[in-house]
Amino acid sequence: MLKIQNIKKTFNAGTINEVKALQDVSIIIEEGSFVCVLGTNGSGKSTLLNAVAGTFQIDEGSILLYGFEISKWGEYKRASLIGRVFQNPFSGTAPNMSIQENLAMAMKRGKKRGLGWGLPKSLTKEFQKLVKPLNMGLEDRLESPIGKLSGGQRQALTLLMSTALKPKLLLLDEHTAALDPKTASKVLDLTQQVVSKDNLTTLMVTHSMQQAVNLGDRIIMMHQGQIAYDFQGDDKKRLRVNDLLTLFDELRRKENIDSTVSALLLEHYV
Amino acid sequence: MSLLIGSLTIGLILALLALGIFVSFRIFDFPDITAEGSFTFGASTAAALIVLGANPMVACLAAFIAGMLAGALTGLIHTKFRINPLLAGILVMTALYSINLHIMGRSNIPLLNKTTIFTWIETFSNGLSGEMAKTLVLDWEVQVKDLWTLLFCGIGITLFCLVIWWFFRTNIGTAMRATGDNDQMIRALGVNTKRMIVIGIAISNGLIALAGATLAQYQGFADVQMGVGMMVWGLASVIIGESIINDTSVGFVIIGAVLGSIVFRLLVAIALRWGLNPNDLKIITALFVFIALILPSIMKNKKKLTFKKKANA
Repeated sequence: MLKIQNIKKTFNAGTINEVKALQDVSIIIEEGSFVCVLGTNGSGKSTLLNAVAGTFQIDEGSILLYGFEISKWGEYKRASLIGRVFQNPFSGTAPNMSIQENLAMAMKRGKKRGLGWGLPKSLTKEFQKLVKPLNMGLEDRLESPIGKLSGGQRQALTLLMSTALKPKLLLLDEHTAALDPKTASKVLDLTQQVVSKDNLTTLMVTHSMQQAVNLGDRIIMMHQGQIAYDFQGDDKKRLRVNDLLTLFDELRRKENIDSTVSALLLEHYV
Repeated sequence: MSLLIGSLTIGLILALLALGIFVSFRIFDFPDITAEGSFTFGASTAAALIVLGANPMVACLAAFIAGMLAGALTGLIHTKFRINPLLAGILVMTALYSINLHIMGRSNIPLLNKTTIFTWIETFSNGLSGEMAKTLVLDWEVQVKDLWTLLFCGIGITLFCLVIWWFFRTNIGTAMRATGDNDQMIRALGVNTKRMIVIGIAISNGLIALAGATLAQYQGFADVQMGVGMMVWGLASVIIGESIINDTSVGFVIIGAVLGSIVFRLLVAIALRWGLNPNDLKIITALFVFIALILPSIMKNKKKLTFKKKANA
Protein backbone atom coordinates (compact mmCIF):
# COMPACT_ATOMS: atom_id res chain seq x y z
CA MET A 1 0.00 0.00 0.00
CA LEU A 2 1.18 3.49 -0.89
CA LYS A 3 0.09 6.29 1.42
CA ILE A 4 0.89 9.82 0.32
CA GLN A 5 0.07 12.44 2.93
CA ASN A 6 -0.03 16.20 2.35
CA ILE A 7 3.04 16.36 0.18
CA LYS A 8 4.17 19.72 -1.16
CA LYS A 9 6.89 20.65 -3.60
CA THR A 10 7.82 24.06 -4.94
CA PHE A 11 10.55 24.43 -7.54
CA ASN A 12 12.71 27.56 -7.68
CA ALA A 13 11.06 28.86 -4.51
CA GLY A 14 11.33 32.62 -4.01
CA THR A 15 12.32 33.35 -7.60
CA ILE A 16 10.38 34.63 -10.58
CA ASN A 17 10.26 31.07 -11.95
CA GLU A 18 8.57 29.68 -8.86
CA VAL A 19 6.43 26.65 -9.67
CA LYS A 20 4.16 25.13 -7.08
CA ALA A 21 4.30 21.67 -8.61
CA LEU A 22 2.57 19.79 -5.81
CA GLN A 23 0.17 21.53 -3.48
CA ASP A 24 -0.89 19.40 -0.58
CA VAL A 25 -1.48 16.12 -2.37
CA SER A 26 -2.82 13.18 -0.39
CA ILE A 27 -3.84 9.80 -1.74
CA ILE A 28 -3.98 6.20 -0.60
CA ILE A 29 -3.35 3.50 -3.16
CA GLU A 30 -4.38 0.01 -2.17
CA GLU A 31 -2.18 -2.97 -2.76
CA GLY A 32 -2.66 -4.50 -6.19
CA SER A 33 -4.45 -1.56 -7.73
CA PHE A 34 -3.51 -0.07 -11.07
CA VAL A 35 -3.81 3.69 -11.05
CA CYS A 36 -3.63 5.90 -14.14
CA VAL A 37 -2.61 9.52 -13.58
CA LEU A 38 -3.93 12.01 -16.13
CA GLY A 39 -3.45 15.72 -16.46
CA THR A 40 -2.41 18.55 -18.74
CA ASN A 41 1.20 19.61 -19.16
CA GLY A 42 2.48 21.12 -15.95
CA SER A 43 -0.35 19.68 -13.89
CA GLY A 44 2.10 17.88 -11.63
CA LYS A 45 1.47 14.31 -12.71
CA SER A 46 5.07 13.50 -13.48
CA THR A 47 6.18 15.44 -10.42
CA LEU A 48 3.96 13.22 -8.28
CA LEU A 49 5.60 10.14 -9.73
CA ASN A 50 9.11 11.54 -9.30
CA ALA A 51 8.32 12.52 -5.71
CA VAL A 52 7.52 8.88 -4.98
CA ALA A 53 10.58 7.66 -6.92
CA GLY A 54 12.86 10.05 -5.04
CA THR A 55 14.20 12.06 -7.99
CA PHE A 56 14.01 15.03 -5.61
CA GLN A 57 13.21 15.52 -1.94
CA ILE A 58 9.71 16.81 -1.14
CA ASP A 59 9.30 20.01 0.92
CA GLU A 60 6.59 18.75 3.26
CA GLY A 61 4.48 15.69 3.92
CA SER A 62 5.16 12.00 4.09
CA ILE A 63 5.24 9.04 1.75
CA LEU A 64 4.60 5.63 3.26
CA LEU A 65 5.26 2.61 1.11
CA TYR A 66 4.64 -0.83 2.52
CA GLY A 67 5.01 0.55 6.03
CA PHE A 68 8.28 2.35 5.33
CA GLU A 69 8.48 6.13 5.54
CA ILE A 70 10.51 6.62 2.36
CA SER A 71 10.33 10.38 1.85
CA LYS A 72 13.81 10.88 3.31
CA TRP A 73 15.39 7.94 1.48
CA GLY A 74 17.71 8.48 -1.46
CA GLU A 75 16.57 7.52 -4.93
CA TYR A 76 18.77 4.43 -5.02
CA LYS A 77 17.50 3.19 -1.65
CA ARG A 78 13.86 3.48 -2.70
CA ALA A 79 14.70 1.31 -5.69
CA SER A 80 14.71 -1.70 -3.38
CA LEU A 81 10.90 -1.33 -3.22
CA ILE A 82 10.13 0.42 -6.50
CA GLY A 83 10.47 -0.59 -10.14
CA ARG A 84 10.53 2.16 -12.73
CA VAL A 85 10.08 2.61 -16.47
CA PHE A 86 10.93 6.01 -17.91
CA GLN A 87 9.40 7.99 -20.75
CA ASN A 88 12.66 8.01 -22.68
CA PRO A 89 13.34 4.48 -23.98
CA PHE A 90 17.08 5.16 -23.61
CA SER A 91 16.86 5.92 -19.90
CA GLY A 92 16.13 2.48 -18.55
CA THR A 93 18.99 0.44 -19.98
CA ALA A 94 22.78 0.69 -20.21
CA PRO A 95 23.41 0.97 -23.99
CA ASN A 96 26.99 -0.29 -24.14
CA MET A 97 26.35 -3.35 -22.02
CA SER A 98 24.84 -6.57 -23.30
CA ILE A 99 21.20 -7.56 -22.91
CA GLN A 100 22.12 -10.28 -20.43
CA GLU A 101 24.32 -7.96 -18.38
CA ASN A 102 21.45 -5.50 -18.14
CA LEU A 103 19.07 -8.25 -17.10
CA ALA A 104 21.60 -9.57 -14.57
CA MET A 105 21.83 -6.13 -12.99
CA ALA A 106 18.05 -6.03 -12.77
CA MET A 107 18.07 -9.35 -10.91
CA LYS A 108 20.06 -7.55 -8.20
CA ARG A 109 17.71 -4.58 -7.83
CA GLY A 110 17.97 -3.26 -4.30
CA LYS A 111 20.21 -6.12 -3.18
CA LYS A 112 23.75 -5.95 -1.95
CA ARG A 113 26.30 -6.08 -4.76
CA GLY A 114 29.53 -7.71 -3.72
CA LEU A 115 32.40 -9.47 -5.43
CA GLY A 116 30.30 -12.34 -6.74
CA TRP A 117 30.38 -13.00 -10.49
CA GLY A 118 28.18 -10.40 -12.19
CA LEU A 119 26.88 -12.72 -14.88
CA PRO A 120 26.63 -16.32 -13.67
CA LYS A 121 26.27 -18.88 -16.46
CA SER A 122 23.16 -20.28 -14.79
CA LEU A 123 21.26 -17.07 -15.51
CA THR A 124 21.56 -17.25 -19.30
CA LYS A 125 18.93 -19.99 -19.63
CA GLU A 126 16.64 -18.07 -17.32
CA PHE A 127 17.03 -14.93 -19.41
CA GLN A 128 16.21 -16.80 -22.59
CA LYS A 129 12.97 -17.96 -21.01
CA LEU A 130 12.29 -14.43 -19.80
CA VAL A 131 12.66 -12.65 -23.15
CA LYS A 132 11.18 -15.37 -25.39
CA PRO A 133 7.54 -14.32 -24.78
CA LEU A 134 8.37 -10.86 -26.14
CA ASN A 135 8.55 -12.43 -29.63
CA MET A 136 11.32 -10.03 -30.60
CA GLY A 137 13.98 -12.65 -31.25
CA LEU A 138 16.04 -11.29 -28.37
CA GLU A 139 16.68 -14.76 -26.91
CA ASP A 140 19.35 -15.32 -29.59
CA ARG A 141 20.94 -11.91 -29.15
CA LEU A 142 21.53 -11.86 -25.40
CA GLU A 143 25.18 -10.97 -25.90
CA SER A 144 24.69 -7.97 -28.15
CA PRO A 145 24.72 -4.49 -26.62
CA ILE A 146 21.32 -3.02 -25.81
CA GLY A 147 22.18 0.20 -27.66
CA LYS A 148 21.71 -1.72 -30.94
CA LEU A 149 18.02 -2.37 -30.18
CA SER A 150 15.03 -0.23 -31.15
CA GLY A 151 13.24 2.02 -28.67
CA GLY A 152 10.32 -0.38 -28.38
CA GLN A 153 12.59 -3.34 -27.71
CA ARG A 154 14.48 -1.37 -25.10
CA GLN A 155 11.28 -0.24 -23.42
CA ALA A 156 9.98 -3.82 -23.34
CA LEU A 157 13.24 -4.94 -21.75
CA THR A 158 13.12 -2.10 -19.23
CA LEU A 159 9.65 -3.28 -18.27
CA LEU A 160 10.92 -6.82 -17.76
CA MET A 161 13.91 -5.52 -15.82
CA SER A 162 11.90 -3.33 -13.47
CA THR A 163 9.53 -6.18 -12.65
CA ALA A 164 12.00 -9.11 -12.67
CA LEU A 165 12.11 -8.97 -8.89
CA LYS A 166 8.51 -8.29 -7.94
CA PRO A 167 8.53 -4.62 -6.83
CA LYS A 168 6.21 -3.32 -4.11
CA LEU A 169 5.32 -0.51 -6.49
CA LEU A 170 5.71 -0.08 -10.23
CA LEU A 171 6.05 3.45 -11.59
CA LEU A 172 5.43 4.00 -15.30
CA ASP A 173 6.15 7.52 -16.52
CA GLU A 174 4.44 7.88 -19.92
CA HIS A 175 6.46 4.88 -20.95
CA THR A 176 4.80 4.55 -24.35
CA ALA A 177 4.74 8.24 -25.28
CA ALA A 178 7.98 8.14 -27.28
CA LEU A 179 7.06 5.04 -29.30
CA ASP A 180 5.21 4.70 -32.59
CA PRO A 181 1.53 3.67 -32.18
CA LYS A 182 2.07 0.02 -33.11
CA THR A 183 5.01 -0.46 -30.76
CA ALA A 184 3.23 1.51 -28.07
CA SER A 185 0.26 -0.83 -28.10
CA LYS A 186 2.61 -3.82 -27.98
CA VAL A 187 4.42 -2.41 -24.94
CA LEU A 188 1.05 -1.60 -23.39
CA ASP A 189 -0.14 -5.19 -23.84
CA LEU A 190 3.05 -6.36 -22.21
CA THR A 191 2.50 -3.92 -19.35
CA GLN A 192 -0.94 -5.36 -18.75
CA GLN A 193 0.39 -8.93 -18.80
CA VAL A 194 3.27 -8.22 -16.43
CA VAL A 195 1.15 -6.24 -13.99
CA SER A 196 -1.70 -8.74 -13.83
CA LYS A 197 0.65 -11.74 -13.58
CA ASP A 198 2.12 -10.57 -10.26
CA ASN A 199 -0.82 -8.36 -9.31
CA LEU A 200 1.57 -5.40 -9.01
CA THR A 201 0.61 -2.11 -7.42
CA THR A 202 1.08 0.29 -10.31
CA LEU A 203 1.09 4.03 -10.81
CA MET A 204 1.06 4.99 -14.48
CA VAL A 205 1.30 8.53 -15.81
CA THR A 206 -0.16 8.86 -19.26
CA HIS A 207 -1.17 11.42 -21.83
CA SER A 208 -3.57 9.10 -23.53
CA MET A 209 -7.11 9.13 -22.20
CA GLN A 210 -7.82 5.99 -24.19
CA GLN A 211 -5.09 4.19 -22.24
CA ALA A 212 -6.46 5.44 -18.95
CA VAL A 213 -9.96 4.26 -19.84
CA ASN A 214 -8.80 0.83 -21.03
CA LEU A 215 -6.27 0.09 -18.34
CA GLY A 216 -6.33 -0.06 -14.60
CA ASP A 217 -8.97 0.24 -11.96
CA ARG A 218 -8.60 3.87 -10.95
CA ILE A 219 -8.06 7.23 -12.64
CA ILE A 220 -6.63 10.30 -10.98
CA MET A 221 -6.78 13.61 -12.78
CA MET A 222 -4.27 16.19 -11.68
CA HIS A 223 -4.65 19.93 -12.14
CA GLN A 224 -2.39 22.73 -10.93
CA GLY A 225 -0.52 20.53 -8.53
CA GLN A 226 -3.62 19.05 -6.95
CA ILE A 227 -5.81 16.03 -7.48
CA ALA A 228 -8.86 17.36 -9.27
CA TYR A 229 -10.80 14.13 -9.81
CA ASP A 230 -10.47 10.59 -8.54
CA PHE A 231 -12.53 7.76 -10.04
CA GLN A 232 -12.49 4.23 -8.72
CA GLY A 233 -14.59 1.09 -8.83
CA ASP A 234 -17.79 1.30 -10.87
CA ASP A 235 -17.30 5.01 -11.52
CA LYS A 236 -14.05 4.23 -13.27
CA LYS A 237 -15.62 1.38 -15.26
CA ARG A 238 -18.38 3.65 -16.55
CA LEU A 239 -15.93 6.40 -17.53
CA ARG A 240 -15.39 6.97 -21.27
CA VAL A 241 -12.93 9.12 -23.18
CA ASN A 242 -15.64 11.71 -23.90
CA ASP A 243 -16.38 12.07 -20.19
CA LEU A 244 -12.72 12.72 -19.53
CA LEU A 245 -12.58 15.30 -22.32
CA THR A 246 -15.57 17.12 -20.83
CA LEU A 247 -13.84 17.18 -17.46
CA PHE A 248 -10.68 18.57 -19.02
CA ASP A 249 -12.69 21.33 -20.68
CA GLU A 250 -14.43 22.09 -17.43
CA LEU A 251 -11.10 22.42 -15.64
CA ARG A 252 -9.78 24.72 -18.32
CA ARG A 253 -12.91 26.88 -18.27
CA LYS A 254 -12.79 27.12 -14.51
CA GLU A 255 -9.22 28.25 -14.74
CA ASN A 256 -10.12 31.02 -17.21
CA ILE A 257 -13.15 32.14 -15.21
CA ASP A 258 -11.11 32.21 -12.03
CA SER A 259 -8.58 34.62 -13.38
CA THR A 260 -11.05 36.91 -15.20
CA VAL A 261 -13.51 36.92 -12.32
CA SER A 262 -10.87 37.84 -9.83
CA ALA A 263 -9.74 40.63 -12.14
CA LEU A 264 -13.33 41.87 -12.33
CA LEU A 265 -13.76 41.73 -8.61
CA LEU A 266 -10.52 43.57 -8.15
CA GLU A 267 -11.70 46.38 -10.40
CA HIS A 268 -15.00 46.80 -8.61
CA TYR A 269 -14.21 46.32 -5.01
CA VAL A 270 -10.65 47.37 -4.36
CA MET B 1 68.34 -3.41 -28.74
CA SER B 2 68.74 -2.45 -25.09
CA LEU B 3 66.90 0.74 -26.03
CA LEU B 4 64.04 -1.39 -27.33
CA ILE B 5 63.95 -3.51 -24.18
CA GLY B 6 64.09 -0.39 -22.02
CA SER B 7 61.19 1.11 -23.94
CA LEU B 8 59.15 -2.05 -23.62
CA THR B 9 59.80 -2.11 -19.87
CA ILE B 10 58.76 1.50 -19.38
CA GLY B 11 55.77 0.84 -21.65
CA LEU B 12 54.71 -2.00 -19.36
CA ILE B 13 55.21 0.11 -16.22
CA LEU B 14 53.17 2.95 -17.71
CA ALA B 15 50.50 0.42 -18.69
CA LEU B 16 49.41 0.75 -15.04
CA LEU B 17 48.86 4.44 -15.76
CA ALA B 18 46.91 3.57 -18.91
CA LEU B 19 44.75 1.14 -16.91
CA GLY B 20 44.06 3.86 -14.36
CA ILE B 21 43.07 6.32 -17.08
CA PHE B 22 40.96 3.61 -18.71
CA VAL B 23 39.02 3.21 -15.44
CA SER B 24 38.33 6.92 -14.96
CA PHE B 25 37.90 8.01 -18.59
CA ARG B 26 36.34 5.03 -20.24
CA ILE B 27 34.43 3.26 -17.47
CA PHE B 28 33.21 6.31 -15.57
CA ASP B 29 33.49 8.91 -18.32
CA PHE B 30 35.13 11.06 -15.66
CA PRO B 31 37.90 13.36 -16.98
CA ASP B 32 40.11 12.89 -13.95
CA ILE B 33 43.12 15.20 -13.92
CA THR B 34 44.04 14.09 -10.38
CA ALA B 35 46.18 11.58 -12.28
CA GLU B 36 48.95 14.17 -12.72
CA GLY B 37 49.18 14.68 -8.96
CA SER B 38 48.66 11.11 -7.86
CA PHE B 39 51.34 9.81 -10.25
CA THR B 40 53.91 11.96 -8.43
CA PHE B 41 52.19 11.24 -5.11
CA GLY B 42 52.84 7.53 -5.58
CA ALA B 43 56.43 8.14 -6.66
CA SER B 44 57.24 10.47 -3.77
CA THR B 45 55.57 8.25 -1.17
CA ALA B 46 57.41 5.16 -2.37
CA ALA B 47 60.74 6.98 -2.74
CA ALA B 48 60.54 8.55 0.71
CA LEU B 49 59.73 5.19 2.28
CA ILE B 50 62.53 3.41 0.39
CA VAL B 51 65.03 6.03 1.53
CA LEU B 52 63.87 5.34 5.07
CA GLY B 53 64.74 1.68 4.45
CA ALA B 54 61.26 0.27 3.90
CA ASN B 55 60.68 -2.90 1.93
CA PRO B 56 60.04 -1.86 -1.71
CA MET B 57 56.85 -3.94 -1.83
CA VAL B 58 55.56 -2.13 1.25
CA ALA B 59 56.51 1.15 -0.42
CA CYS B 60 54.50 0.17 -3.52
CA LEU B 61 51.51 -0.78 -1.41
CA ALA B 62 51.72 2.52 0.45
CA ALA B 63 51.86 4.36 -2.88
CA PHE B 64 48.78 2.50 -4.09
CA ILE B 65 46.85 3.41 -0.93
CA ALA B 66 48.04 7.02 -1.13
CA GLY B 67 46.77 7.23 -4.70
CA MET B 68 43.45 5.73 -3.69
CA LEU B 69 43.04 8.36 -0.99
CA ALA B 70 43.75 11.14 -3.49
CA GLY B 71 41.23 9.66 -5.93
CA ALA B 72 38.60 9.17 -3.24
CA LEU B 73 39.04 12.82 -2.29
CA THR B 74 38.41 13.94 -5.87
CA GLY B 75 35.39 11.65 -6.04
CA LEU B 76 34.00 13.03 -2.77
CA ILE B 77 34.54 16.66 -3.82
CA HIS B 78 32.65 15.90 -7.02
CA THR B 79 29.76 13.89 -5.53
CA LYS B 80 29.26 15.58 -2.14
CA PHE B 81 29.77 19.18 -3.19
CA ARG B 82 28.66 18.83 -6.81
CA ILE B 83 31.82 20.31 -8.19
CA ASN B 84 32.60 19.68 -11.84
CA PRO B 85 34.87 16.60 -12.26
CA LEU B 86 37.63 18.58 -13.97
CA LEU B 87 37.68 21.25 -11.30
CA ALA B 88 37.60 18.67 -8.50
CA GLY B 89 40.62 16.99 -10.08
CA ILE B 90 42.47 20.27 -10.49
CA LEU B 91 41.91 21.13 -6.82
CA VAL B 92 43.31 17.83 -5.59
CA MET B 93 46.16 17.87 -8.12
CA THR B 94 47.21 21.35 -7.01
CA ALA B 95 47.05 20.42 -3.34
CA LEU B 96 49.08 17.29 -4.00
CA TYR B 97 51.94 19.38 -5.40
CA SER B 98 52.59 20.85 -1.95
CA ILE B 99 52.06 17.50 -0.27
CA ASN B 100 54.60 15.86 -2.59
CA LEU B 101 57.18 18.51 -1.77
CA HIS B 102 56.56 17.92 1.94
CA ILE B 103 56.87 14.16 1.57
CA MET B 104 60.18 14.40 -0.29
CA GLY B 105 61.46 17.42 1.61
CA ARG B 106 62.83 18.84 -1.68
CA SER B 107 62.02 18.65 -5.35
CA ASN B 108 63.55 15.22 -5.98
CA ILE B 109 64.91 12.12 -4.24
CA PRO B 110 67.57 9.92 -5.83
CA LEU B 111 67.26 6.20 -5.16
CA LEU B 112 70.79 5.16 -6.11
CA ASN B 113 72.24 2.38 -3.94
CA LYS B 114 68.82 1.79 -2.36
CA THR B 115 66.94 -1.49 -2.44
CA THR B 116 64.09 -1.32 -4.93
CA ILE B 117 62.05 -3.98 -6.69
CA PHE B 118 64.41 -3.58 -9.64
CA THR B 119 67.56 -4.16 -7.58
CA TRP B 120 65.82 -7.31 -6.37
CA ILE B 121 65.40 -8.46 -9.95
CA GLU B 122 69.02 -7.56 -10.70
CA THR B 123 70.26 -9.56 -7.71
CA PHE B 124 68.09 -12.47 -8.82
CA SER B 125 69.52 -12.30 -12.33
CA ASN B 126 73.12 -11.93 -11.09
CA GLY B 127 72.68 -14.94 -8.83
CA LEU B 128 71.37 -16.98 -11.73
CA SER B 129 73.81 -16.11 -14.49
CA GLY B 130 76.46 -13.85 -13.00
CA GLU B 131 76.97 -10.10 -13.21
CA MET B 132 77.10 -8.40 -16.60
CA ALA B 133 75.91 -11.60 -18.28
CA LYS B 134 74.85 -11.08 -21.85
CA THR B 135 72.84 -13.08 -24.30
CA LEU B 136 71.77 -12.85 -27.90
CA VAL B 137 68.24 -11.88 -28.87
CA LEU B 138 67.66 -11.82 -32.63
CA ASP B 139 71.41 -11.47 -33.14
CA TRP B 140 71.62 -8.51 -30.78
CA GLU B 141 73.60 -8.61 -27.60
CA VAL B 142 71.53 -7.69 -24.54
CA GLN B 143 72.04 -7.83 -20.80
CA VAL B 144 70.34 -10.76 -19.13
CA LYS B 145 69.16 -8.65 -16.21
CA ASP B 146 67.27 -6.35 -18.60
CA LEU B 147 65.44 -9.36 -19.98
CA TRP B 148 64.50 -10.51 -16.50
CA THR B 149 63.26 -7.00 -15.66
CA LEU B 150 61.09 -7.03 -18.77
CA LEU B 151 59.76 -10.49 -17.93
CA PHE B 152 58.86 -9.58 -14.35
CA CYS B 153 57.15 -6.38 -15.48
CA GLY B 154 55.19 -8.43 -18.02
CA ILE B 155 54.10 -10.90 -15.35
CA GLY B 156 53.17 -8.11 -12.96
CA ILE B 157 51.04 -6.31 -15.56
CA THR B 158 49.35 -9.55 -16.59
CA LEU B 159 48.35 -10.17 -12.98
CA PHE B 160 46.97 -6.64 -12.66
CA CYS B 161 45.02 -7.02 -15.89
CA LEU B 162 43.48 -10.26 -14.67
CA VAL B 163 42.47 -8.71 -11.34
CA ILE B 164 40.96 -5.64 -13.05
CA TRP B 165 39.18 -7.80 -15.61
CA TRP B 166 37.75 -9.95 -12.83
CA PHE B 167 36.76 -6.95 -10.75
CA PHE B 168 34.78 -5.28 -13.52
CA ARG B 169 32.84 -8.45 -14.09
CA THR B 170 31.76 -8.87 -10.49
CA ASN B 171 28.42 -7.49 -9.33
CA ILE B 172 29.94 -4.32 -7.96
CA GLY B 173 32.19 -3.88 -11.00
CA THR B 174 29.22 -4.34 -13.34
CA ALA B 175 27.36 -1.69 -11.37
CA MET B 176 30.36 0.63 -11.83
CA ARG B 177 30.35 0.13 -15.59
CA ALA B 178 26.63 0.83 -15.63
CA THR B 179 27.24 4.01 -13.60
CA GLY B 180 29.45 5.30 -16.39
CA ASP B 181 27.09 4.07 -19.09
CA ASN B 182 23.71 5.25 -17.74
CA ASP B 183 23.66 6.39 -14.13
CA GLN B 184 19.90 7.01 -14.08
CA MET B 185 19.24 3.40 -15.00
CA ILE B 186 21.49 1.85 -12.38
CA ARG B 187 20.22 4.21 -9.68
CA ALA B 188 16.71 3.00 -10.48
CA LEU B 189 18.06 -0.49 -9.83
CA GLY B 190 19.21 0.45 -6.35
CA VAL B 191 22.88 1.39 -6.77
CA ASN B 192 24.38 4.33 -4.92
CA THR B 193 26.08 5.85 -7.97
CA LYS B 194 27.96 8.45 -5.91
CA ARG B 195 29.64 5.71 -3.92
CA MET B 196 30.52 3.89 -7.15
CA ILE B 197 32.21 7.01 -8.52
CA VAL B 198 34.23 7.54 -5.33
CA ILE B 199 35.43 3.92 -5.23
CA GLY B 200 36.10 3.85 -8.98
CA ILE B 201 38.16 7.05 -9.06
CA ALA B 202 40.03 5.79 -5.99
CA ILE B 203 40.95 2.56 -7.81
CA SER B 204 41.97 4.53 -10.88
CA ASN B 205 44.31 6.78 -8.92
CA GLY B 206 45.67 3.86 -6.89
CA LEU B 207 46.82 2.28 -10.16
CA ILE B 208 48.28 5.58 -11.40
CA ALA B 209 50.17 6.13 -8.13
CA LEU B 210 51.52 2.60 -8.39
CA ALA B 211 52.74 3.39 -11.90
CA GLY B 212 54.52 6.45 -10.48
CA ALA B 213 56.06 4.43 -7.65
CA THR B 214 57.30 1.75 -10.05
CA LEU B 215 58.69 4.24 -12.57
CA ALA B 216 60.55 6.10 -9.80
CA GLN B 217 62.22 2.84 -8.76
CA TYR B 218 63.03 1.93 -12.36
CA GLN B 219 64.62 5.25 -13.28
CA GLY B 220 66.24 5.61 -9.86
CA PHE B 221 64.68 8.86 -8.68
CA ALA B 222 61.40 10.57 -7.86
CA ASP B 223 60.82 14.11 -9.04
CA VAL B 224 58.03 16.54 -8.20
CA GLN B 225 57.53 17.28 -11.92
CA MET B 226 57.30 13.70 -13.11
CA GLY B 227 53.49 13.68 -13.20
CA VAL B 228 53.20 16.56 -15.65
CA GLY B 229 51.48 15.45 -18.84
CA MET B 230 50.82 11.96 -17.55
CA MET B 231 47.07 12.19 -18.00
CA VAL B 232 47.37 12.93 -21.70
CA TRP B 233 50.04 10.26 -21.95
CA GLY B 234 47.68 7.70 -20.46
CA LEU B 235 44.84 8.88 -22.66
CA ALA B 236 47.04 8.51 -25.73
CA SER B 237 47.80 4.93 -24.69
CA VAL B 238 44.12 4.11 -24.21
CA ILE B 239 43.20 5.64 -27.59
CA ILE B 240 45.96 3.76 -29.41
CA GLY B 241 44.84 0.58 -27.68
CA GLU B 242 41.27 1.11 -28.82
CA SER B 243 42.35 1.53 -32.40
CA ILE B 244 44.55 -1.58 -32.28
CA ILE B 245 41.85 -3.73 -30.72
CA ASN B 246 38.47 -2.97 -32.15
CA ASP B 247 36.31 -4.54 -29.44
CA THR B 248 34.40 -2.93 -26.61
CA SER B 249 34.24 -5.83 -24.14
CA VAL B 250 36.08 -5.20 -20.88
CA GLY B 251 38.76 -7.83 -21.41
CA PHE B 252 39.80 -6.59 -24.84
CA VAL B 253 39.78 -2.95 -23.81
CA ILE B 254 42.14 -3.79 -20.93
CA ILE B 255 44.49 -5.66 -23.26
CA GLY B 256 44.22 -2.71 -25.63
CA ALA B 257 45.25 -0.23 -22.92
CA VAL B 258 48.39 -2.27 -22.17
CA LEU B 259 49.29 -2.69 -25.84
CA GLY B 260 48.58 0.98 -26.44
CA SER B 261 50.95 1.97 -23.66
CA ILE B 262 53.75 -0.20 -25.07
CA VAL B 263 53.22 0.97 -28.66
CA PHE B 264 53.07 4.60 -27.62
CA ARG B 265 56.30 4.31 -25.62
CA LEU B 266 57.97 2.66 -28.61
CA LEU B 267 56.77 5.41 -30.95
CA VAL B 268 58.16 8.01 -28.56
CA ALA B 269 61.50 6.18 -28.32
CA ILE B 270 61.75 6.00 -32.10
CA ALA B 271 60.88 9.68 -32.47
CA LEU B 272 63.54 10.64 -29.92
CA ARG B 273 66.03 8.40 -31.70
CA TRP B 274 65.31 10.22 -34.96
CA GLY B 275 66.26 13.45 -33.29
CA LEU B 276 63.02 14.79 -31.82
CA ASN B 277 63.82 17.43 -29.23
CA PRO B 278 62.75 15.95 -25.87
CA ASN B 279 61.32 19.35 -24.98
CA ASP B 280 58.79 18.90 -27.76
CA LEU B 281 57.56 15.58 -26.44
CA LYS B 282 54.56 16.99 -24.57
CA ILE B 283 53.32 19.12 -27.44
CA ILE B 284 53.59 16.15 -29.78
CA THR B 285 51.68 14.01 -27.28
CA ALA B 286 48.97 16.65 -26.91
CA LEU B 287 48.68 17.04 -30.70
CA PHE B 288 48.49 13.31 -31.08
CA VAL B 289 45.61 12.99 -28.60
CA PHE B 290 43.86 15.98 -30.18
CA ILE B 291 44.01 14.37 -33.61
CA ALA B 292 42.94 11.00 -32.22
CA LEU B 293 39.93 12.65 -30.55
CA ILE B 294 38.69 14.53 -33.61
CA LEU B 295 39.51 11.88 -36.20
CA PRO B 296 36.37 9.76 -35.68
CA SER B 297 34.01 12.71 -36.26
CA ILE B 298 35.99 13.89 -39.30
CA MET B 299 35.77 10.42 -40.78
CA LYS B 300 32.03 10.38 -40.12
CA ASN B 301 31.53 13.76 -41.80
CA LYS B 302 33.57 12.63 -44.77
CA LYS B 303 31.41 9.54 -45.10
CA LYS B 304 28.30 11.69 -44.95
CA LEU B 305 29.68 13.98 -47.63
CA THR B 306 30.48 11.18 -50.04
CA PHE B 307 27.09 9.72 -49.30
CA LYS B 308 25.43 13.02 -50.15
CA LYS B 309 27.47 13.35 -53.33
CA LYS B 310 26.35 9.92 -54.37
CA ALA B 311 22.76 10.78 -53.59
CA ASN B 312 23.01 13.94 -55.66
CA ALA B 313 24.65 12.23 -58.60
